[in-house]
Amino acid sequence: MPDELTRMSAAGLAAAIAAGEVSALEVTDAHLARIGQVDEAVHAFLHVAADGARQAARTVDERRAAGEALGPLAGVPLALKDVLTTADMPTTCGSAILDGWLPPYDATITRRLREAGVVILGKTNMDEFAMGSSTENSAFGPSHNPWDLSRVPGGSSGGSAAAVAAFEAPLAIGTDTGGSIRQPAAVCGLVGVKPTYGGSSRYGLVAFASSLDTPGPLARNVLDAALLHEAMSGHDPRDATSVDAPVPPVVAAARQADVSGLTIGVVPELSGEGYQSGVLARFTEAVELLESLGAKVVEVSCPHFSYALPAYYLIAPSECSSNLARFDAMRYGLRIGDDGTASAEEVMSLTRAQGFGAEVKRRIMLGTYALSSGYYDAYYGKAQQVRTLIIRDFEAAFEQVDVLVSPTTPTTAFPLGERVDDPIAMYLADLCTIPSDLAGNAALSVPCGLAPEDGLPVGLQIMAPVLADDRVYRVGAAVETALDSRRGHELLDDAKGLAR
Amino acid sequence: MSGRAGAELVSFDEALSRYEPVIGLETHVELGTATKMFCGCPAQFGGEPNTFVCPVCLGLPGALPVASRAAIEYTIRIGLALNCTIADWCRFARKNYFYPDMPKNFQISQYDEPLCTDGWLDVTVDDPDGGGPRQFRVGIERVHLEEDTGKSLHMGGATGRIHGADYSLVDYNRAGIPLVEIVTRPVEGAGALAPAVARAYVSELRDLLRALAVSDVRMEEGSLRCDVNTSLSPRGSGRWGTRTETKNVNSLRSVERAVRFEIERQAAVLDAGEQVVLETRHFHEDTGATTAGRSKEEAQDYRYFPEPDLVPVAPSREWVEQIRASLPELPAARLERLRSVLLTERSISPADFEALRNAGALDLVLQTVSAGASAADARKWWLGELARQANATGTDLADLPITPDDVARVAALVAEGAINDKLARQVIEGVLAGEGTPDEVVAGRGLAIVSDEGALTAAVDEAIAANPEVVDKIRAGKVAAAGALVGAVMKATRGQADAARARELILTRLGQS
Repeated sequence: MPDELTRMSAAGLAAAIAAGEVSALEVTDAHLARIGQVDEAVHAFLHVAADGARQAARTVDERRAAGEALGPLAGVPLALKDVLTTADMPTTCGSAILDGWLPPYDATITRRLREAGVVILGKTNMDEFAMGSSTENSAFGPSHNPWDLSRVPGGSSGGSAAAVAAFEAPLAIGTDTGGSIRQPAAVCGLVGVKPTYGGSSRYGLVAFASSLDTPGPLARNVLDAALLHEAMSGHDPRDATSVDAPVPPVVAAARQADVSGLTIGVVPELSGEGYQSGVLARFTEAVELLESLGAKVVEVSCPHFSYALPAYYLIAPSECSSNLARFDAMRYGLRIGDDGTASAEEVMSLTRAQGFGAEVKRRIMLGTYALSSGYYDAYYGKAQQVRTLIIRDFEAAFEQVDVLVSPTTPTTAFPLGERVDDPIAMYLADLCTIPSDLAGNAALSVPCGLAPEDGLPVGLQIMAPVLADDRVYRVGAAVETALDSRRGHELLDDAKGLAR
Repeated sequence: MSGRAGAELVSFDEALSRYEPVIGLETHVELGTATKMFCGCPAQFGGEPNTFVCPVCLGLPGALPVASRAAIEYTIRIGLALNCTIADWCRFARKNYFYPDMPKNFQISQYDEPLCTDGWLDVTVDDPDGGGPRQFRVGIERVHLEEDTGKSLHMGGATGRIHGADYSLVDYNRAGIPLVEIVTRPVEGAGALAPAVARAYVSELRDLLRALAVSDVRMEEGSLRCDVNTSLSPRGSGRWGTRTETKNVNSLRSVERAVRFEIERQAAVLDAGEQVVLETRHFHEDTGATTAGRSKEEAQDYRYFPEPDLVPVAPSREWVEQIRASLPELPAARLERLRSVLLTERSISPADFEALRNAGALDLVLQTVSAGASAADARKWWLGELARQANATGTDLADLPITPDDVARVAALVAEGAINDKLARQVIEGVLAGEGTPDEVVAGRGLAIVSDEGALTAAVDEAIAANPEVVDKIRAGKVAAAGALVGAVMKATRGQADAARARELILTRLGQS
């Protein structure tokens, strides 16, 4: 029974709990047991809150016993990326500088999940301050890809993806700044969604790059992702950039799972040289599949997408150089060198030198330089102009098509250690995902098979206009349904390692 | 560089003979909104340290700012009152620098897109060389909105400054209080009046902000803070000199003294063939001198960029017009109205008008007149007894616990003969002491004039009997000597006699009427 529970979908678990077939506490205990079994090898979690999770599960059971109506995810366990604040659990952002910090408040998303009866199992590993594509930049050691423990689970939400792929949780929250939800979802064989920027609240999300950061769901299927999307989203008056509009009907769209009559655009700039052959093969098949399901497929050029990566690596570091200035040892977190003789400036300097990892320092320096007087126009200013051109590329494309598609990542999961000394190679993992971050539109990654050369999952990226999040679910669900029926079973059934 | 602290000075007149001063002022005003700029914490002065704080104003990881509509409205009010253009669209910007009292190590401010631009404020100063009042139009370059920082307290040192302190404490109650910065354009051509113009500008601005009810504008509590820029241009050179920025100028008098000192100091530097250093200087209240602070050449690069956590501010034209329509009568317009009413209709002399204006009593006098007093009586009480009381207690006239209605009633009681001036002063004293209305004080203290002829006659007879020499003088025709007997009567009646009636009775008794 416990093993069956961990293999169930979030929708299935919620239904079973609501029907009284299983208690929320049993479901939570099954997942805590699974974590105990596999997480030493996977290292998805930085903090497991067993007592808090069991208490939350008991509350759901009591509410059900009292005859209260439960929400669509009540009693379902979830893994929370350690970049969202939790008043009852430490929040480290994968950084030594915040080791042990207990926030005095819950993020809006944390609060909404609790109110929905979702059981938060713990906090997941991540690249430090969400900067990276492999979780190797975590101060607390990397997470491992459940498909092959010698490979990365992607990043920065690698811990969240690994937890879901290893059946430690049916759902997880990630955050996407340059692809940090979709890329780990793709390389772990999961569904990951970056909602429209502002569609999900950033209040309590420790900022990396404010104009890009977007929390979103990770799940093993499209409907589960949609259920979590609806539970976590909606206008938040505490976030000035939050969109004051209804949440797009993503659950209905996931159930619709139909592409007939849609026009789908293939972006030629997001394929070709530098892409793994198995990735391109699976992508091409997925496009053919969509056509066979009744969609019209056309090619749509987005000429400025080639400049997305360099523009991103000016905008994101610029914002991070300012956002991370607050980690100065004065009020919370690590404090180094405070021996009673050092000045405040010396303590700040020593703490930041020791508390931040190499990638974080690299980006702070890049950003500080790009914002400097005399360089601003040439770097930050120019990057913002490129951003505008990319937004226009999307707008022009969406005049012709309903959604755009591309591979989610140029390659499948790469081996741990392979790219740690080569930042540019690491940055290229986000080549296809960055344009939607810069433009703020919705995008989803759904598995589209395994690359024949390494047997690892490949992701199909589906991009829709701002606030048309429902479209990515509609198309994603259609692909998922068709592939599952063609295969005769779910993709994860083919998995090796702990993803099985 | 700091060795210039005790710089030699050139006398003010001599400095002015060779150099033309150019001044500019940057004024920070803490807004009196109920809550802080980007969160719901109370925006209050004082309070136990670190009690008016939350994740947002403490800059905790993950917390986000949301701009206060009230603070934006207040800023627009200020901009409109200063004749500025209000932006259709503008953004906040981050000003990045590290300091322990800055929770985020950046300040949310405005940079190249201020909310209000291109305005002016007229100020009047008296020309001591006899030119009479002269008006200067001070150009306003910009009015922008930002958040205040926390406050550092340096403990254990002798000076209260960071150097020599054992440790520092930070109070974040002030962090996030909305702060408006008002920047003038350079003011040229004021010559020897430059220090007075600087002072008059701050004074006028303070009155304006008070009338707008956007701030309590208390310089001593730091809700109005002023930086004064001064430079000297060699006469006839047509080029501006290097400026200094003087901080810690915390009173109107200090504004004037700081400009004067910088003129004298910079003249000495230039006379010696040296360069004025572009720097921040600190004003010292005790000595009236400025000393060198941070050099602007070593100044930090603030790496301004648009604040990505906030959306642009785009005040609709309808809203701006609503705010414009709701502006109260502004000091300049009010002054003109009062001048016309008091000078023409109420026959107050121009000199008295200026005296009332300087005492801040124009409104009070007008209200007292409206309550029925004569202009002369109103002027007499407000500039006399009440000004003395205000001075003695160190409060403003307007803050005295007496209303113009009360003063008008006191004047009426005197006019009716119910009390005399001496008793009136006691009545005022009673009202100020919280004993009630003038009538209540009169009743409570038993201050009514003795009009009982019997009691008065007895007192007069007593005085005549007790002062035979005076009586002789009066009988001999020295009527003026009666004053001494009147005094005796007043003393005997504890001031409650009607002095005129007493005099009449004395003269009648002595056969002199």
